[in-house]
Amino acid sequence: MNRNYELMFIVRPDMVEEDLNKLVSTLESTVTTAGGTAKTEVWGKRRLAYKVAKFNDGIFVLLMIEGTGAIIHEVERRLRVTEQVIKFLSVRTDEELKRLDKIKKLRDAKKKVSAAPAMAAPAPVTPEAGTEAAPAPTTV
Amino acid sequence: MAEETKAPETSGGGAGRPEGRPDRGGDRGGPRGPRPAGGPGGPREGGRKYFRRKKVCKFCVEKIEAVNYKDVRLLAQFIAESGKITPRRLTGVCTPHQRRLSRAIKQARNIALLPFAGRAQ
Repeated sequence: MNRNYELMFIVRPDMVEEDLNKLVSTLESTVTTAGGTAKTEVWGKRRLAYKVAKFNDGIFVLLMIEGTGAIIHEVERRLRVTEQVIKFLSVRTDEELKRLDKIKKLRDAKKKVSAAPAMAAPAPVTPEAGTEAAPAPTTV
Repeated sequence: MAEETKAPETSGGGAGRPEGRPDRGGDRGGPRGPRPAGGPGGPREGGRKYFRRKKVCKFCVEKIEAVNYKDVRLLAQFIAESGKITPRRLTGVCTPHQRRLSRAIKQARNIALLPFAGRAQ
C-alpha cells in the first residue's frame, strides 16, 4: 500500500540555513510519525526560469517520501501554509519505478539467456541441424 | 534561358514520379522513403523538407528509459529558443518518448526549472 512520492519545493533565497534545516526536519518528522519514510536532498540556490513571488532565485529542496496518500496530503498542506515556501510540486513515482524495474528485469533476463547458450551453442547446434532437417517435413 | 530550362525540371520532378510520396506530410514519409536520400537534389525548392536523413530517437539509442523533470540539461535540448517544445518531426524522437518528454518538460516548467516562454538561461 506504500506509494512513492517526490516532492520538490522552492524556498525563498533569503532564508537562513538553520531555518531551512528546521523546516526540513519538521516535514520529515511529519512523515515519520504518520508512518512513512522520508529522504531529503537540498539542491541549494538556483536561478529560476521565471519570477516567482518577485524572486529570481530560490533554494530547491527535494523530498522523497514513501507512504500513503494521506501523508503527502498533510505535507502539502503544511507547505501551503509556510510562508517561506514559494512553490512546490509533488509527483507520484511508484508506477514509474515499477515500469523501470520491469524493463531492467527483462534486460537482465535477456542478457543471461544470450550469455549462457553462447558457450554451449557451437557444439550441439551442428549435429541437431542435420537431424532436425529430416523429421520437419514429415510432421508438416 | 536558364530559367526556362530549370522550370520544367522541377515540375517534371514533382509530377513525373507517381510512385513517390504525394504532398502529404513529406517529413513523416521522409525517413523511410523508398528512394535514397538527396538523390535528384529535391523535386521541389526547399527540398530539405522532402528528403530527410535518417533521424533516430535519441532516447532509444542511448536507452534512456526514465525522463525525469529534474535533468534540465537533457530537457533543454528539446525546447526551442522561444521555450516551446520542438515537434517530433524535427527532433526525431519516437512517440512514447516524446510523450514522456513532453510531460517532463511541463512538470519542469511548473517548478520553474524551465521557462514557459523565452530561453532558459
